[in-house]
Amino acid sequence: MSRYELRFSGAGGQGLITAGIIMAKAASIYEGKQAVQSQSYGPEARGGASKSEVIISDGPIDYPKATTVDALLAMTQEACDKYTHDLKDGGILLVDSDLVTKLPKGNFKVISFPIINTAKNDVGREIVANIVALGAMVALTGQVSRENAEKAVLSSVPEAFIELNKKAFSIGFEKALAASA
Amino acid sequence: MSKKVAFLQGNEAAAHGALYAGCNFFAGYPITPSTEVSEVLSIELPKIGGKFLQMEDEIAAMAAILGASLAGAKVLTSTSGPGLSLKQELVGYGCIAEIPCVVYNVMRGGPSTGMPTGPSQSDVMCAKWGTHGDHPAICLTPASVQETYEEIIRAFNLSEKYRTPVMVMPDEIVAHMRERIVFPEPGEVEVTPRKSPTVPPEQYKPYDTSFGDVPPLAAFGSGYKFHVTGLNKASDGFPTTKANLVQAEEERQVRKVDANIDDIVQFEEYLLDDAEVAVVAYGSTSRSARYAVNVAREQGIKAGLFRIKTFWPFPDKQIKALAGRVKGIVIPEMNLGMCSLELERCAQGKVPVLGIFRVDGEPINPDQILDKIKEVK
Repeated sequence: MSRYELRFSGAGGQGLITAGIIMAKAASIYEGKQAVQSQSYGPEARGGASKSEVIISDGPIDYPKATTVDALLAMTQEACDKYTHDLKDGGILLVDSDLVTKLPKGNFKVISFPIINTAKNDVGREIVANIVALGAMVALTGQVSRENAEKAVLSSVPEAFIELNKKAFSIGFEKALAASA
Repeated sequence: MSKKVAFLQGNEAAAHGALYAGCNFFAGYPITPSTEVSEVLSIELPKIGGKFLQMEDEIAAMAAILGASLAGAKVLTSTSGPGLSLKQELVGYGCIAEIPCVVYNVMRGGPSTGMPTGPSQSDVMCAKWGTHGDHPAICLTPASVQETYEEIIRAFNLSEKYRTPVMVMPDEIVAHMRERIVFPEPGEVEVTPRKSPTVPPEQYKPYDTSFGDVPPLAAFGSGYKFHVTGLNKASDGFPTTKANLVQAEEERQVRKVDANIDDIVQFEEYLLDDAEVAVVAYGSTSRSARYAVNVAREQGIKAGLFRIKTFWPFPDKQIKALAGRVKGIVIPEMNLGMCSLELERCAQGKVPVLGIFRVDGEPINPDQILDKIKEVK
């Protein structure tokens, strides 16, 4: 059975749980696959290492947590240090190049670009860094189509911010393709 | 027509399931990891003319739902470990006064405040033994978002049918994970109405056993007047210490559940027909177990899964039969051995019961279960 595991990690408040939810929604509602999203975080409202996991499969998903991760996003050094131990050999590692400077040892396909700064400067709002990252993860993993992922983004954000998020998603998608070429 | 689908958390599904079951009154005090139930119902209940109350604490919330239920409402409260401890005095009141209600408790690390965001399965004994005295206990332990929706409807139905509190206890993983859910159409799933009196108010007694072990319950405000107390009571609801009456009442209260175990107990058997090792599991842990059983089968090991859906009453009959035909039972659970005790009781020493007990806030992973399956000789 195909089983693809993604982990979105960073600091609490960066919107990574939301990014994971949108990825899982794209797979299970729009792509016709099955998906489970879960998360773990500390008692803090903000800060602290946080992770959101998404399992995507063509069939029923038993264990809802990651076993060996296929693709991982790390938005802080702490998250990168803490959550990459079970990234699989040959797996995808996407990091924010400004915040993650020390990479884990291992045979990973590392893609890095300044995710938060892209949100701030290219999109115009730092708050959509999670959607920039999501666009990048969609491009790198190929688990859901760009169209279906975009539908999931648009159905998950408030009406007034649709254009902003659309732009963030698109820029993230393109940046990741460029960075991995 | 295609059915409505959504991508929801277990807690959100619980709230929507409660609405499907006809819940029109919620009282609670928010607590991680169950707060989303309150959040959804605070928005949805007012839309249908229902009532949402955020009380001063968990005890008051439990008292409020009992009162509302006596006035004819279908009621729910939601909480987690520390809140469940507080509610227990009034859970007992609900049992002896025979008041239908549903208590949704998300299991997090404990005791006390423990680990608010960490998963656990250490409240299952509290569902039966948390309140003092002999009393019936019904507790359901769903394993998916869809099942949480379905089981909360069943909990409402059982509470009405047997006139007793019913608990639904997902672990934090089930409560907080998100999956696709397909909503049933109105009328597609059975919703059990409360049995109302068939006699006029002047002849009504709230515990009249001539109507069977579950007497009809009138709603306050509908013209029926009766007495409700936490003391042992006679059929008219007033306190009594008459030995024969108290003995009969206590026995009936327990019997109404015990005599209907086959109606209440639900479980799922997976690859058990030729199994030599049975993994028994509930809640999110059963999903790790199913994964491990599939891997074991690929490796030529005859393993199967018995998934407990109804934790109380415990599936004694099924476990006893299972113990008679496998070489060993493996029980993974996020506590230090609770279901394990029940399995040992049912296995009566016929086969070893091997536990995997984890209380560090991490889920039990399939590899741990696979290793334990291999220990069965």
